Amino acid sequence: MNHAAYSALETTLAAPVITQGPPDIDYGLLSPMLVIFAAGVLGVLAEAFVPRARRRVTQLVLALGAVLLAFVLTVSLVGALPADGAGIVVAFATVAVDRPTLFLQGTILVLALASLLLIAEHGQEESSFAAQAAAVPGSEEEREHVLAGSQHTEVYPLVLFALLGMLLFPAANDFLTMFIALEVMSLPLYLLCGLARRRRLFSQEAAVKYFLLGAFSSAFFLFGIALVYGYAGSVNFADVAEAVAGGGAGVIANGEPLLLAGIALAGVGLLFKVGAVPFHNWKPDVYQGAPTPITALMASCTLVAAFGALLRVFYVPFGGSVWEWRPMMWVVAILTMVAAAVIAVTQRDIKRLLAYSSVVHAGFILTAVIAASPEGLAGAMFYLAAYGFTTVGAFAVVTLVRSREGGGEAGDLTQWAGLGRTSPVLAGALGLFLLAFAGIPLTSGFIGKFAVFEAAVAAGATPLVVIGVLSSAVTAFFYVRIIVLMFFAEPAEEGPRVLRPGGPTGVVIAVGVAATVFLGVYPGPVLDTMLPQPAEAEVAGEAPTDMFAR
Amino acid sequence: MTIPWLTLAIALPALGGLGVALLPRDRAETAKRVTLGVTLATLVLLLAMASRFDPSGARLQFTEVYPWIPRFGVHYALGVDGIALVLILLSALLVPLVVLAAWNENDDAEDRGKGYFALILVLEAMMIGVFAATDVFLFYVLFEAMLIPVYFMIGRYGRGAQRRAAAVKFLLYSLFGGLLMLVSVIGVYALSSGAGQGTFLWSELAGPEGLLAGIDPATAKWLFLGFFVAFAIKAPMWPVHTWLPSAAGSSRPGTAVLLVGVLDKVGTYGMLRYCLELFPGAATWFVWPVIVLSLVSIVYGAVVAIGQSDMLRLIAYTSVSHFGFITLGIFAMTSQGQSGAALYMVNHGFSTGALFLIVGFLIARRGSAEIADYGGVQKAAPVLAGTFLVAGLSSLALPGLSPFVSEFLVFVGTFTAYPVPAVIASVGVVLAALYILWMYQRTMTGPLPQDRPAPRDLSGRELWAVGPLIALIVLFGLYPQPLLDVINPAVEQTMQQIDVTDPAPALDQVAGGQEGAGE
Repeated sequence: MNHAAYSALETTLAAPVITQGPPDIDYGLLSPMLVIFAAGVLGVLAEAFVPRARRRVTQLVLALGAVLLAFVLTVSLVGALPADGAGIVVAFATVAVDRPTLFLQGTILVLALASLLLIAEHGQEESSFAAQAAAVPGSEEEREHVLAGSQHTEVYPLVLFALLGMLLFPAANDFLTMFIALEVMSLPLYLLCGLARRRRLFSQEAAVKYFLLGAFSSAFFLFGIALVYGYAGSVNFADVAEAVAGGGAGVIANGEPLLLAGIALAGVGLLFKVGAVPFHNWKPDVYQGAPTPITALMASCTLVAAFGALLRVFYVPFGGSVWEWRPMMWVVAILTMVAAAVIAVTQRDIKRLLAYSSVVHAGFILTAVIAASPEGLAGAMFYLAAYGFTTVGAFAVVTLVRSREGGGEAGDLTQWAGLGRTSPVLAGALGLFLLAFAGIPLTSGFIGKFAVFEAAVAAGATPLVVIGVLSSAVTAFFYVRIIVLMFFAEPAEEGPRVLRPGGPTGVVIAVGVAATVFLGVYPGPVLDTMLPQPAEAEVAGEAPTDMFAR
Repeated sequence: MTIPWLTLAIALPALGGLGVALLPRDRAETAKRVTLGVTLATLVLLLAMASRFDPSGARLQFTEVYPWIPRFGVHYALGVDGIALVLILLSALLVPLVVLAAWNENDDAEDRGKGYFALILVLEAMMIGVFAATDVFLFYVLFEAMLIPVYFMIGRYGRGAQRRAAAVKFLLYSLFGGLLMLVSVIGVYALSSGAGQGTFLWSELAGPEGLLAGIDPATAKWLFLGFFVAFAIKAPMWPVHTWLPSAAGSSRPGTAVLLVGVLDKVGTYGMLRYCLELFPGAATWFVWPVIVLSLVSIVYGAVVAIGQSDMLRLIAYTSVSHFGFITLGIFAMTSQGQSGAALYMVNHGFSTGALFLIVGFLIARRGSAEIADYGGVQKAAPVLAGTFLVAGLSSLALPGLSPFVSEFLVFVGTFTAYPVPAVIASVGVVLAALYILWMYQRTMTGPLPQDRPAPRDLSGRELWAVGPLIALIVLFGLYPQPLLDVINPAVEQTMQQIDVTDPAPALDQVAGGQEGAGE
């Protein structure tokens, strides 16, 4: 497999290097990713050279500064895009910088900033990360490290590398770049998942599970790429799209099965990353086992990145074979919405419940993918942004509610009883997030749902939308159950300790609340200015794929 | 510059609710006074607006239209016709009375009811907004968002052990209907996009020239159903009424007044405004199924009401029966029927509101809504018993009290078009006498229970809460014309929009109908 990939790499990259002379790369357009990459490398160096006492502060400043700078650069790039076309393809057409890319990258960066603030929340009790990951859980060595106050500042560069992968994933303009982005994103995440401070064996088990299943899905994805390459003779999205439109481009006779198998296998890889049923099994275990700040990072940023990639792959290279992949997506979307909603009803642990809820929401977004229209793209992107903020806020609340014994997070829902009486503000914030998840109007979740369902109805997928709203009603049941528990139940005898939100966590919750309300009450600016206008696209007679640079 | 009356009337309670919510916990007394002040100010504001309403003027008056979400053609669009106006006034009238009645109700809650009053104010803003909305999307948003304050009013401040379950049942039922409606709302938008330009403005969608005029009949039927199911759950109509008795039985009586008196009207109002006018063809196609459901609601609600032992639940079931009359009047597709239905919505708010409030006063005295816990109240508390009797008699539509006018109009309107259903519906009137009078007999007459202290009579505050309703019941019973003057033009325009006319030679029709009924 590796051999196949490398030979594909040679064929695609070798030709332009020879014919076009020295590489001409527009570094400006890549600057957000370069900044994150540089900060990650500097972070590794800081681990080696900065004294232990100052490492945490150094890493934190470096990481936050890099993410902020990258965000500013991303915003400034919006103006650099050509006014007429969709965007620009850079670095030998391996990276596409267009409006969807910039919107998704900006979203990922803001959400990553929020997640970093959660990761940075410290203090002996509050930290979510293991003192020394290499020590055997429960051993004398671990105890020494805990007492000595050791901490893993490597977390920050790891997050930055993962972030680099997430930024590149939705921007990749050929299959190999996309695969590399996938791995750059995933490998640090596998590691980060195993770093939980409490219930460490559980956390390590989650990491191993995630790694093994993730490796499988990567393999599927790679195999899919190989088949598509066999069909189209190229891994570049524009070339593949052309080959698909032209029925094989003369590379291979009767290559249709190759393409279909390629679409299916590449789809499996991507659907695994977004956590669609039946490729969702890792999500509950990993979300529950991972340190909660990392769960927040995965539930928001990774989901946005993965859907960005999914949208690009199914709209650009496979955009010409909508009729082939749509039935497959229908089945996956229906399974995802129905099965995950039903399973979620039985969950007793808040993090597992949020994991299944994330699976259901992935199903809702898939209905927009199926639309294969500018409205679908815009709706999915809005949904991702809205969902990302809400979910980061929800996990921020989860980090603050600790059980009486051991100081770990109070995962079991019975411990949350009466929280609305003991900590009304915190419970109110979580209540708002849950209402947004349930899609109640005047929250961002409703506008998001409206956007994706509207796109699906316009594309003729009304039965899918009916199933979607029915499973919404089921999801409302378990969201509401938590609200009932928090506000209407008597506080439990051995109720949780609720930590006072420190500065960073408080900021994250406040930002989550603000974004949830703002995007719900006044979504106009985001919908209109940041997303491509479908009206204009229609006037110009553009196909949906022209929303992307090619 | 024109005064944005409706926006002011929405903003006032909304800001008041925010202010009350932000008051410190120990300022519950201030919260009550602020709430009462804000609700009275809103009522005055709306009365001032109503005095400027011109019944013979344009269909929608006091209109305000601003783009809200341009991408989806969503507008912040408000405006009222006669029907919306009287319903808004009803809401604005009931809210201060509920506040008065609930003055000391939540003193044992840990926030001493501060949150309850904040929720009432927020709910008032949404109720005014939902009747004033002339954009389908805005209507939907408020229709759904209204559930949240009510949910907390039942679940957190309600009565009895079952209140949490009742609140959840209420929310899930309503959400389910609302989500089906969402599909139809999206469908409306998709169709309007197809017909030119995507919009949610009711004025552009409805009517013979509207964007929805030429849609495929089969599609129209599905869209109609999406709206109708949501409204039928809200109304509530048999067989999707089961949430109401438990919700009303577990509510504070004040909550029940708003729930049954106003919120449920959103359902019937929605049928009139959206189901009929957006999809006239489909609405005429569904006339018979709806009439059958209405008749079942009328008879079933009344029969089950007779068997109730809890007064709140009993009144809730009578409402199921009454809402059957309202939907019957709407779908009879005659002008008397629809005028009667619109008037019924207002009068039902008066009579049921008064009944719930008085039961609330009884509960405040003895902590129970069980009929068996009472007896002989009229000996100890004659004023209380008297108001209860007037409210009860109005609920059974005694001539001379306001609900009689509306029930009569509904009967006339239905009979001219559908004689047999009208005859069947009259069973509901007979049963109404049974459930009301029997309840009165068991609670108010007879000997006082020996083992308990006799209940006090109404206090001044309580009299102020229920007095206005009794006065209005009598006033509009004797002289309903002011309300009909406002409602009738709106009904006529509705009939024009859906392109139906009254069955013409009334006398022949009646004669033929009687024969038909006799056979």
